[in-house]
Parts: sequence; C-alpha cells; structure tokens
Amino acid sequence: MGLLSDPTRRRALISLLTRLNTPICAVCYMAGVAWFMGLAFEPFTLRMHMSENAMGSTMVEERFQAGERALVTAKEFGVQKNKAGGMPVDWLVKAMQDRGLEVFTQSFSRTLPFPDENKERFMVKGTNVYGILRAPRAPRTEALMLTAPCSQGNDNNQAVGMLLVLAQYFRSQVYWAKDIIFLVNEHDLIGMQAWLEGYHHTNITGMEWSPLQGRAGAIQAALSLELSSDVVTSLDIVLEGLNGQLPNLDLVNLFYAFCQKFDVLCTFQGKLQRNDWDSPSGYSHAVQTMMLMVLKQASGHSWGDHGLFLRYQVEAVTIKGINSYRQYKTTTTTVGRLLEGMYRKLNNLLERLHQSFFFYLLPSLSHFVSISYYMPAFGLLAAILLLRALNLWVELSAPPATEDGVANVEQSSSGVLSVVTPLVISHLTGVALYTLPVHFQEMAVEHFPVSETEAVVLTAIAVYTAGLALPHNTHRFVSGEGTEQGWRVLKLVAVLYLAVLLGCTALLNFSLGFILALTLVPVAAGVTPHMPKFPTACVMVVLSPACTLLFSVFAFHELQETPLSFQDTWLLFLSVISQGILDHALYGALVFPLLAMLVYPCWLLFWNILFWK
Amino acid sequence: MAAPLTLLLIVAVTIRAALFRSTFAYWIAERVEVVSPLTAWKRVVEGLALLDLGVSPYAGDVFHETPLIIYLFHFLVDYAEITFILADIIVAVAFYYVVKDYNKQVFRKQKFALEADRYPADCHELVRTPKEMYYIPLKAALFYLLNPFSVLSCVAKSTCCLNNAVVSLFILATVKGNMLLSAIFLALATYQSLYPLTLCVGALLYLMQRQFIPVNAYRLSFWWFVAQYAFMYLGSLLVMVALSFFLLGSWDFLPSVYGFILSVPDLTPNVGLFWYFFAEMFEHFRLFFLCVFQINVFVYTVPLAIKLKEHPVFLIFMQLAIISIFKSYPTVGDIALYMAFLPVWILRNVFLVSCVLLMCSALFPVLWHLWINAGSANANFYFAITLVFNIAQMLLVSDYFYAFLRREHHLVHGLYPKKKDGSEATLVLK
Repeated sequence: MGLLSDPTRRRALISLLTRLNTPICAVCYMAGVAWFMGLAFEPFTLRMHMSENAMGSTMVEERFQAGERALVTAKEFGVQKNKAGGMPVDWLVKAMQDRGLEVFTQSFSRTLPFPDENKERFMVKGTNVYGILRAPRAPRTEALMLTAPCSQGNDNNQAVGMLLVLAQYFRSQVYWAKDIIFLVNEHDLIGMQAWLEGYHHTNITGMEWSPLQGRAGAIQAALSLELSSDVVTSLDIVLEGLNGQLPNLDLVNLFYAFCQKFDVLCTFQGKLQRNDWDSPSGYSHAVQTMMLMVLKQASGHSWGDHGLFLRYQVEAVTIKGINSYRQYKTTTTTVGRLLEGMYRKLNNLLERLHQSFFFYLLPSLSHFVSISYYMPAFGLLAAILLLRALNLWVELSAPPATEDGVANVEQSSSGVLSVVTPLVISHLTGVALYTLPVHFQEMAVEHFPVSETEAVVLTAIAVYTAGLALPHNTHRFVSGEGTEQGWRVLKLVAVLYLAVLLGCTALLNFSLGFILALTLVPVAAGVTPHMPKFPTACVMVVLSPACTLLFSVFAFHELQETPLSFQDTWLLFLSVISQGILDHALYGALVFPLLAMLVYPCWLLFWNILFWK
Repeated sequence: MAAPLTLLLIVAVTIRAALFRSTFAYWIAERVEVVSPLTAWKRVVEGLALLDLGVSPYAGDVFHETPLIIYLFHFLVDYAEITFILADIIVAVAFYYVVKDYNKQVFRKQKFALEADRYPADCHELVRTPKEMYYIPLKAALFYLLNPFSVLSCVAKSTCCLNNAVVSLFILATVKGNMLLSAIFLALATYQSLYPLTLCVGALLYLMQRQFIPVNAYRLSFWWFVAQYAFMYLGSLLVMVALSFFLLGSWDFLPSVYGFILSVPDLTPNVGLFWYFFAEMFEHFRLFFLCVFQINVFVYTVPLAIKLKEHPVFLIFMQLAIISIFKSYPTVGDIALYMAFLPVWILRNVFLVSCVLLMCSALFPVLWHLWINAGSANANFYFAITLVFNIAQMLLVSDYFYAFLRREHHLVHGLYPKKKDGSEATLVLK
C-alpha cells in the first residue's frame, strides 16, 4: 500500500518502467526463453519419486509365465481378424467367455464431418468387446482397466493376445480388490470415446452408441497396450492426452520402476534414457525430449487411446512396444510380468491417484520439471504484455497530466467506435474460420477439383488469408481518420486481451500457451502503425498462429530425427489442420476453436494496428 | 437526458433477454461465482416445490431465501425473467436519480464555498464543472447495467438482483430525504440479507445533515431523530418478520436464513474468503473465527462514520463495498452494486485494479475447471485467485477512500501544500 499511495515512489517506479520499457521487455523475453531452455538442465529438475504410499511399499512377486501362449493367441486372433475382415466379435466374445470373464459388446456408429484421409474412414461402424473380471475380495465399487485397440491389418495383434492371456492369468489370482475391465476397442479413438461415453452416461460428441450392459465401479487407472511384434527391444510410454491433459506422475513412476526392476529398456518420446546429465550431449538430449513433449502436448491431440480417459478423471497411459532391431530384446513373458506387477500395485490403491503431480514436463523418465519451475518461463513472457500495457496506459493518460498521474475514470468516448469495430470484425472472421471450412466443403468440391478433406483445409487457409484484408474493410466502416489516441487504445485492449487469453491457455495447457506466447508476444509488444509496412507485415505473418503451427510441425520432425523436406512439411501441415478440425468434431479437442475464435482474432487486432490509418 | 437512459435500458434489456434465451444461461446459473447457496434460483425453485407440497420450504436444508421472496415468486414464478430484468432496471434508474441528486448537492456546496471564497486559490482545477458532471448519472446507470457481473447475476436469476434493487431504493429514498421510505427499505434490505444493517449510519448522517440537525450526543434533537428513525426501522422490520411468521406458520426461517448467514455451514467455494478458511479449520476454533470473520463487516462502521461524517453518501458506498467483500456468501452481483458508484468519484490506480480484476474474472472458471472437472488442480489454486480478487477489491476501496480524502484535503489546504520549512510536501496514506 505504501508504494501505491506514496506519490514520489510511485512516480519513480512508473517513470522507471516507462523509460526502460523496451530494454526490460527484451530482457524478459530472453530470460523467459533461457529459463525454458534451462528447465532440462539437471539442477533445475526434480528426481522422480513415488508419492503414493499404497503403491510404494508393497513388494510384488510376479509369476506370469504365459508369454508364448500370448503369441499363439495373437496369431489366432490375427487369423480370425483377417477372416472377419475387421474385428472378430464372435471369436473375441467366446475367447473372453472361455477365460471366465463377464463379456459384453457395444456397437457404435459415427459419420465424420469429412473423410479422414490419414486413416481412410468416413462412415465408421464398429463394435467394442469388453469383459469384466469381478473382484473376488471386495465390493464392486472400483475398477482397473486394460485396453488394446484392434487396428487395421496385422498391427497390434500381440497386444490383444497379451490382453486375453493376462485376463486368463488374472482370473486365477485371488487377490484382486478391484474389478478389472479388459476392452478391445475397434477404430481406436472413436471406439474408445464411444465406450467411455457409454460407461459414464454422457454424450458430449454426438456419437451414436448402444448403452453398456455391464458395468464395474469407478475406474481408478487404465493402461492402453500397443504391441505389434513378437519381441520388443524397448517399451515406450505415451502420456499426452486430449487438450494436453497429463496423467498423474505416479503412474509414470510406476511404469519406470517396473522397467528398472525387469531391466527393460524404456523410452520416452522414442528416445532412450541417458545418464550423462552434465555433458553437453546429455543436456541436448534432455532438451530434445522435453521439446518433443511440449510440442505433443501443445497439439492437444490424444496421442494414444489413454488420452480420452483423462477427462473422466481416470489416470491412464499408453504403453507401446517398440521393435527397433537392437541387440537387447525383451520377451513377451517379461512384458506380461511387468504388466502384472503394475496391476498388482494399482490394485493396492486406496483412493484415486492424486498424491503426485498433474502438471509437469519430462526431460527424461527419471527427472521431471514441476509447475512451479516452468511457470516462471511463461510468466516472464506474459510480464512483457503487462509492461507494454502499462506503458500504453501512461502514454494515454499523459496529456491531461495532473500531478502524480491522477487519472480520471472517464476516457475519450470518441475512440470507442474505432476500438469496437475491429474487435467485432476480427471476431466475426474468427467465427467464419471456425464454421466455414466444414460447412462449405460440398460447395467447394462441386466447383473445384479437390477432395473433401482438401476442400476443408483449403477453405480454412482461404478464410485465414482473407482475414488479412481486414484492416481495409474496417476502415470503410469507421468514418474519419484514425487518431494517434485511437490505435493506442486499441493496442491496450488487444494487449490485455492477449495477456488474459494466454494466461488462461497456459494454465490449461502450458505448452500451447508457451508456444503461442513465444511467437505472439513479440508481435504484440512491438507493433505500431509507424513501422515500415512491408517488412513488418512479413514478420507478422511469419509470427502468425498458422505459421507457428507450420514451424511446430517442422520442429517436431527435426527433433524426432525424421527431417522432412519443405514439400513434405507443407503436406503434413495440411493434414495436421484437417486432423485438428477432426479432433474437435470427434473428441471435443479445443485447440482448433481456441486458435480460430480467440487467438487468430487477437492476432488480427495487431495486424489492424499495423495498418492503422 | 432521458433519451440516452432509455436507449441504455433498451440495450441492457436486449442483452439480458438474449442471454436468457441462449444456451449459456444454464451454464451461468451453475457458476459458483454468480450464485451462492442463498441466492441460487435452483434453490428457490426447490423451495417453491416444497411449498406447493405443503411442506415447509426450509425442510431439507436447500432453500435459504426469506419467506417474502418465496411468496413473491409463488405468484411471479412464470414471470421470473421479467422480474429479474425489472430489478436491474430499478437499480439503474434509482442510481441515476441518486447520483443526479448527489451531484446537485455537491454543486450547490461548491457554489457556496466559491462565493464565500473558501477554497484556496490554487485548487480551482479540482472544482468540478457542471459539464463534466452532466454525464455522471448516466455513467453510473451504465456501469451497473452493462457491467458483466450484473448481467451474469441477472441471467443466472440470482436473487442478489432483488437485494440490489431494495438497497438501491433505500439509497434513493435516503437521498431524496424521505425518512419513512428510507427506514422501510433499509428494514427490507436487512430482512433480505442482514448485512445492510450497517448502512443505517450513513442514512442517519445524511438525513440529519439534510434537516440541519447537529450530530452531537449532548443534544436532545439528535437523540429524538435517532429514536424516530429507529422506531420506523424496527417497526417495519417487526412487521416483515411477523408477516413471514404468519405466512409460514413457523419460525423455521430464522435459523434457516439468518442462522445460515451468520454461522456459514455451507462451504461451497465462492468469491469470498470464508469457505476455504472454514474448510481447513479445526472444529473447535470455528466459533472464534466465525466471530472474527463476521465482525469485519460491522467493525469498520464507526471509524468510517467518524471520518466521513460530512460525506454520508460516500460512507454508504464504502459500506456497500465492505459488505460485498466481507459477507459470508458474496457473489459478483454484490460487487456490481458498489461498482455502479465508481464514476462518481475519482480513482488513482485504475490500471492496476482493473487488470487484476479482469485477470481474476477470467481465471475463476479456468481454475474451477482444472480443480473440479479435470481433477488436476486443487482447492488451493482456486482460493489463490479468490484471494487475489479480494485483495484487488480492497485495493480499489482503499484507493477510492484515499483519493476522496485527499481531494477534500486539497480543497481545504490548497493543491500544493508546503511543509513547515517551505519545501513541497507530499501526502502519504499510512
């Protein structure tokens, strides 16, 4: 209070902040980026530790032996799958019944808004088969879950085989205190979504599905299994779920602990763990791993079947077997033992996993960065916006300069129209970007030689580009000259808008918020109408949300060590756009509406300031 | 001047009507920031259902509004939306006339002071011109009607809107100098939500000032006036309570409404400070801290009344703000009420306060989602933002207070006061 009410100190602080505004902003930006890059540096990370008592103290003796049988079952499943030309429902029902489960099926159907060219599907019809192993020792109030997607071709047969054999093995054990649900879902995420909606009696995506006949208790944890070869060299764990949600860190700890117990190589983001943290190459490895996680999280895509569980407060991860022709091999029996161990420990849970972190970044599986370490990186970027806003405010209230900045609440009402018009128009453009692509695909297909998917993506790009002509349209609406005062007010509004928007985004999905802040904050901080138009416009386009997406796609493949040519990057960029729109329509991912209806209009406001007349 | 007000009313009604028809209405009515256990429309509906079944509406511990409200909606339930829009219009129009009247007085006082040459020579720039005061009443109405907080509150059909209407009518009656109506509306406001009781000091000071009765404990006329007002106030309060008793046929409502307000048994999160503390606290400290928390609303009355003896309208504003910060179940509707007064006086840290309030308002639903829906954050996240929100409100209020006092100080001592040694002095709030 003293600082705020003492005019001398207040004036000194404000004059310091306004005089040194640009250098402070530059320093903040660099410090933000440096902080982020430093997150992967060992002293700033925390060592993984199990926080959940119920899973930490118990020893488990794994007795699973039936690895060979899993492979045989997988082969049989493969034969049946080829015969049925899809999911062999009857065979699966019988197989599960033979293993002593209560078996139920759920059929679902869904018409996509436009054909999905990656997975070649449009009208999807399928069946989920699931069996429940009832807990012999407890009331049926809680459940664990194991799922294996039934994929196209011969993919993932081994996972289904493993699931069936594990079911049989678990049936013979007596210590289960929670029901275990074994689910084989068709059409990967779509089937998973149908099942989850059926299980939780919600319908948030407008899909058609038949209600579930059998239910178990509240699901405490779920693993999704993906195995496509008889031997695996390493196991990969996938965490990033829908809208960038992450499972509780204890589940990751559990997986990592068992990998170490069985000497199984485990990878994260497809990268092996290294121990040389202090060497430069070790550091760069950690940074790459972390950046991959950031990029995947920012996409808001569910990177495995587990991703859809998270919004129902079910902790879930996907475990993927990888066969990369290394010397070191792990047999199916070991994988089965690992899973047995994990389920035995999860069985001990007394309450839902909540002890450990939900907000984290992983530079490796043995270390993590918690929210209190990574948020300052974003905070430094967001501080730039607030400093800029303060600067603008001081500039705006300077002319009627009464002593120590006594500012009247009233503002010039003449500027209202010149602020509201761009706001409304840019948001209407955003709504157009959100609605037009899907609604106008038919018309586009009629008139142009393109497929539906291409039509959607190209319409989106067309609307996006058309929005760039906005300033000229705005000025037609606003009569008279834009004033010096006018653009400052608009910029103040836009900067605060961006700060609130990015702040909320960063809390919901740190990675997305940070990546957007990296590109949008320099634009927001720097742009004025007095800059040379053409070069600034080029820079702004390069830093616009769409180009951010393009760079992210490029960077993702660079980091994965599968570099792409420019041509391929462009094609991938187009498919990522269609994927984003599909994710929104099918599973309710929010990245597309966020970018289209909030971030893009906000960026347009700055574009508008550049072309202020 | 009537035309802009009418236009404003039409715009405000259109916004509210449109939102009532949209899909947001359901979502808004569920927000804990907008409705409290006292004011939620869902609970009123429950109470009505119980009443129709011939059960006491307070059975079941869901309904906590007053009996008069439930009998009001017994007849008006089909016109609920119109009732709430009407309540908002009443607030806006009442504030419009309150501020107009208040401005007239300020202007008159200023004129006398100028004629008597009482202002120091250098502070003529602080004197308010009729031109800048002309739009202030309209701005006050605009601040209430287009404030997102009051819009949300109205669309959620929070009964807070009705309380606001009663309080605004009380202020109008006071400013117009109608003692009886002032006492009746104050009694009604107290009956509705208990805390407006503290507003009586402001009303008394104002009415006495108007009738040139000196505020002096040794004068009989002072005590006679206080007794008159107290009689009218207590009489109408008694009538209301008795009416409630005869309508319901039981005293159920006393513990269910006032007991509920005072002992804070429902710890549903809201924008206030109570829920988190009382959820965390050991049970045997509860009574003590309950007293400590509740006393906050009342304890500032006397010092403020002494300091603002000459400015009762500002005192009423301060009291409204303090009530909305420290009451046990605050909602954003309460904040909207005192925010309507913001254009009347000046503020210094507009930027800081509005940034913080804006940021907090956006973060409330986000952190709520992370805590309740996603299950990844926890109560501390939400409470942190509640705390920041309330600190911003306190900053707003204390800043207003300081700016007001400082203006008055300058009007007496000149704009550039000198220290004893002749150097320029600065004023610091300590």
